Amino acid sequence: MDAPVSPPTPAPPTDPLLVLRGIVKQFPGCLANDHVDLTVGHHEIHALLGENGAGKSTLVKIIYGVMKPDAGTITWDGKNVTIANPAQARALGIGMVFQHFSLFEALTVAENIALGLNNPEDRVGLYDRIVDISTRYGLPLDPKRAVHDLSVGERQRIEIVRCLLQNPKLLIMDEPTSVLTPQEVQKLFGTLRRLAAEGCSILYISHKLEEIRALCERATIMRLGKVTAHCIPAEKTARELAELMISAKLKTQNFGGRAESTQPPRLVLDRLTIRSNQPFGTDLKDISFAVAPGEILGIAGIAGNGQTELMEALSGEIPAGSPKNILLDGIEIGHEGPMARRKLGCCALPEERNGHGAVGGMTLSENGFLSANLRGALQRLGLINRKRTREFAASVIERFDVRTTGPEAEARSLSGGNLQKFLIGREVVQQPGVLILSQPTWGVDAGAAAAIYEALVALAEGGTAIVIISQDLDEILMLCDRIAVIAAGRVSAPVKVKDATIEQIGLLMGGSQHEELAHVPA
Amino acid sequence: MDLFYATSFVLSIISASTPLLLAASGELITEKSGVLNLGVEGMMLIGAIAGFATAHDTGSALLGVLAAAGAGIIISLIFAVLTQTFLANQIAAGLALTIFGHGFAALLGAGYVGIAAPTLPKLAFPLLSKIPFFGPVLFDQNILIYFSFAILIAISWFLRKTHAGLILRAVGDNHDAAHAMGYSVLKIRYGAIAFGGAMAGIAGAYLSLYYSPLWSQDLASGRGWIALALVVFSAWRPYWLLAGAYLFGGITYLSLYMQGLGVPIPSPLISALPYFGTIIVLVLISRDRRRTRLNQPACLGKSFHAVV
Repeated sequence: MDAPVSPPTPAPPTDPLLVLRGIVKQFPGCLANDHVDLTVGHHEIHALLGENGAGKSTLVKIIYGVMKPDAGTITWDGKNVTIANPAQARALGIGMVFQHFSLFEALTVAENIALGLNNPEDRVGLYDRIVDISTRYGLPLDPKRAVHDLSVGERQRIEIVRCLLQNPKLLIMDEPTSVLTPQEVQKLFGTLRRLAAEGCSILYISHKLEEIRALCERATIMRLGKVTAHCIPAEKTARELAELMISAKLKTQNFGGRAESTQPPRLVLDRLTIRSNQPFGTDLKDISFAVAPGEILGIAGIAGNGQTELMEALSGEIPAGSPKNILLDGIEIGHEGPMARRKLGCCALPEERNGHGAVGGMTLSENGFLSANLRGALQRLGLINRKRTREFAASVIERFDVRTTGPEAEARSLSGGNLQKFLIGREVVQQPGVLILSQPTWGVDAGAAAAIYEALVALAEGGTAIVIISQDLDEILMLCDRIAVIAAGRVSAPVKVKDATIEQIGLLMGGSQHEELAHVPA
Repeated sequence: MDLFYATSFVLSIISASTPLLLAASGELITEKSGVLNLGVEGMMLIGAIAGFATAHDTGSALLGVLAAAGAGIIISLIFAVLTQTFLANQIAAGLALTIFGHGFAALLGAGYVGIAAPTLPKLAFPLLSKIPFFGPVLFDQNILIYFSFAILIAISWFLRKTHAGLILRAVGDNHDAAHAMGYSVLKIRYGAIAFGGAMAGIAGAYLSLYYSPLWSQDLASGRGWIALALVVFSAWRPYWLLAGAYLFGGITYLSLYMQGLGVPIPSPLISALPYFGTIIVLVLISRDRRRTRLNQPACLGKSFHAVV
């Protein structure tokens, strides 16, 4: 860990900076925070650790005044306070960097920053102050550029600079590294340590254990809305922290490393080039790879590097320029749409569950029909076979242990993890020759994720070629046989997972294409 | 064409374009905040009858304009309550507002058919108004025509230069982020909708108190829809809106003029000319979908529901 840079020596404060006592927040059908206590000291980097859905984000939104707690007290610097809105939080000296950035794509960097300041008169000389702060903390930014042109790392810098402009005493960072390369993470940690040394406490939210062990002095661990433990992360192993987080003994899982297939590939991409149809999208450039039967190929990369477009190109939502660009079992399918591809055996499930992967207002049966009507023979002469459709949905629900009231439940009534199990099950049950998934376990709890992994491995063992596009590097390393990296719309040559090093993957994620993974000595 | 004809030609285009410009300016602000209000035509009609009735009963055309703005605000707030507070679908609510406006204005106006009301005064600048051509065109106009230009310049300045304008654009671009930063999406949108209502009402008063100063329930005759199209055509940029309004005003006048000259084209076809023009220009403009989406407020037409 870096030595603090010439720490200022204030009088040791008697009270901790922030104390939460008995915070309760109830949502319909879900107790997000159940009597949560949290103490953050001065100069401290404090971790808030927990799985997706543990209630971390709700808690920090309460601290930042975005949500109101149903019960509980907040003490700031020894005084009881009510934080009614974010402006009040900012006035107290609380800054927050959101997980899903609260940025305005159509506006410039300076305009985005101005929107986060309490006093509009601060805009005088704002350009100079942005440049000043960003150079002082090594966060280079051009105030005049529009946000939609910027990389994810640059966008995060906007949020950090916006907070720093108000000289915060507490900086809340919600999952800040999920969008960064390993190298960018190291730079961010340097900045955060320097801030802490200069007197700004940091509340660092994450579920990434190694990061927390490297960065944080103390940790509060949450599970299902409750605080389950306080600890000093450096004294625990990652495994111990994980067990505190999910409160069940982890079994070590490693699914990768199946025997290599010598059969011809099921899915071949040949110089696929596609122009994005989104104004802020990424164009796909010259993508070639092949996936053999029984193989799971992982495509890693930071969000916004062409994952959405690649998914749409593979599913058939955006047709390729030429039929020859995509081959399924030797058949040219580049020009085909999603239904035709499904019929031929290429199924896909996009990242966004509600609204893209499923129609929220329709029942599970109907959602099953939308994808499986051809392969599952759920229609006859253009009419829906209700009975078979219900049976199809019921079989998915049973086989994948989907917690729901039954096939007639609306898709949006299911929790994220359960809906994802149903949707993946819907595709798996169709026994596709090729299955393409994006972020299969995003926002899914550990138990459901394990069930999804097992189903995918079983499917691969039956001879299906699987492509997983994911931002979760750990997931790819654990599950996949080979890994490729997507950066700026290009995909690197896939290599075996066991031959890849984290450093090389990180460099590729950052976009240094000349260093192909394939050249890494085994 | 001699100077007299040129002057009257330009004057006619200005007076045909102004109601479009007034209504579209209001809708521009509404849409910039992320709200799509398709009820412009209905709000114009309500404004037209409220203005006409008030002017007739009080004898003051200016009070009529104020009443029209007020009526437009009240009607638009019905839309705001439905779509912002009760999260009704904006398209459906906007269409309902237009249908309601048609019917309600006809009901209110039943007693005012065929009678006259005081018309809006002209504001003639001394001396300047005597200059040939430029005098009548620039310095001897109806006050609402001056107002339409002033408000457009103000809107452009507001959107580009002021902090409030920045907040308005931010709410239209990403309402979740704006909410997370502590801006009241609801209040800002209510305000933007009310402004749109006021401007549509004033556009209506312009029609009933100046352009064809008699009440009839067909007074708006599709101008509200053209104003809506203009906002899209201009890609939400104020000065393009001005250009668009005058282009369509020009085509409208030209089609009347052609009919008057007896050009051997069937008159229904000539009447359809401005609408054809709208469609063709819209298609040309939206050829590049990426560009259009870039300019469009990203949250346009989406309901916002804050979790607190």
